[in-house]
Amino acid sequence: MQSKSLASKPVRFLYSWIVFFIVWLAFTSTLALPEVITGAVVALILAAFSYETFTGWGFKGIKLSNLWWSFVYVINFLWLMVKANFNVARIVVTPSLPINPGIVEFETKLTNEYAKMVLANSITLTPGTFTVDVVDNRYYIHWLDVTVTDPEEVYKEIAEPFERILLKIFN
Amino acid sequence: MEQVLTYVGYIFVVIGAIFLFLGGLGIVRLPDIYCRLQAGTKASTLGAMSLILGVGFLQPQWMIKALIIIVFIALSNPLSSHALARGSYRHKIRPWTKEDIDAYAQYIKEQGENEAAEEDKQQEKQES
Repeated sequence: MQSKSLASKPVRFLYSWIVFFIVWLAFTSTLALPEVITGAVVALILAAFSYETFTGWGFKGIKLSNLWWSFVYVINFLWLMVKANFNVARIVVTPSLPINPGIVEFETKLTNEYAKMVLANSITLTPGTFTVDVVDNRYYIHWLDVTVTDPEEVYKEIAEPFERILLKIFN
Repeated sequence: MEQVLTYVGYIFVVIGAIFLFLGGLGIVRLPDIYCRLQAGTKASTLGAMSLILGVGFLQPQWMIKALIIIVFIALSNPLSSHALARGSYRHKIRPWTKEDIDAYAQYIKEQGENEAAEEDKQQEKQES
């Protein structure tokens, strides 16, 4: 939010309405007139309630480089998630249960609120780690198998693969 | 072509079922609520995603809906598990640890002291 200014309210409202409407069209997968009209009205109501929190930049956020890095992020994230899932599955089926749980902390370099939310959710979705709390730029992470406790090293271990790409999208 | 899609669909459904099973096993085997959240909410996320994707392959006309549902799961699941973990910690449920690694306890302690100090101040104000 610091690096780019907010879009004006009508623009953000329009942006939210368009996004909700597209999701509706994709979900119903039809162009029948009654469905489309219902979707437009529902999207209007939803946008009226949620546009202030739904988007900050409006259309300024849609850039080719952003789309590209988002795509890279999703692929990277899916890969890490599958890898981590296998890791947890291995721990669960090992008879001796090789776990060393604990709550560790690290500091993020991200300043944008949306970016922080995406990072927190990504950490939560990759098994073995989840976000217990975010206070300003400190993350408290519950880790199923703690190997390092120093915040710097924790950052390198958990957050860096995500943050590298998030910094490119949001700054 | 249709047959290939059917096989791919079944493979995804089976992978999903396996991960859901492992998630359930994790809930039984792991020691405390935080570790159980790890297994119960995350292994099952991949399980559910894979299963829904498999259904999308088996019924191609549902594919778009399946993908949207997967996105919803990916967005909502971390929020709920985060809320459960934070709520549990705030209710003074301490995590089970081997080496006593708990950075969050320090923060909670400091915050508790701040809140207590503020309450004291307010009480003093009211008394005076």
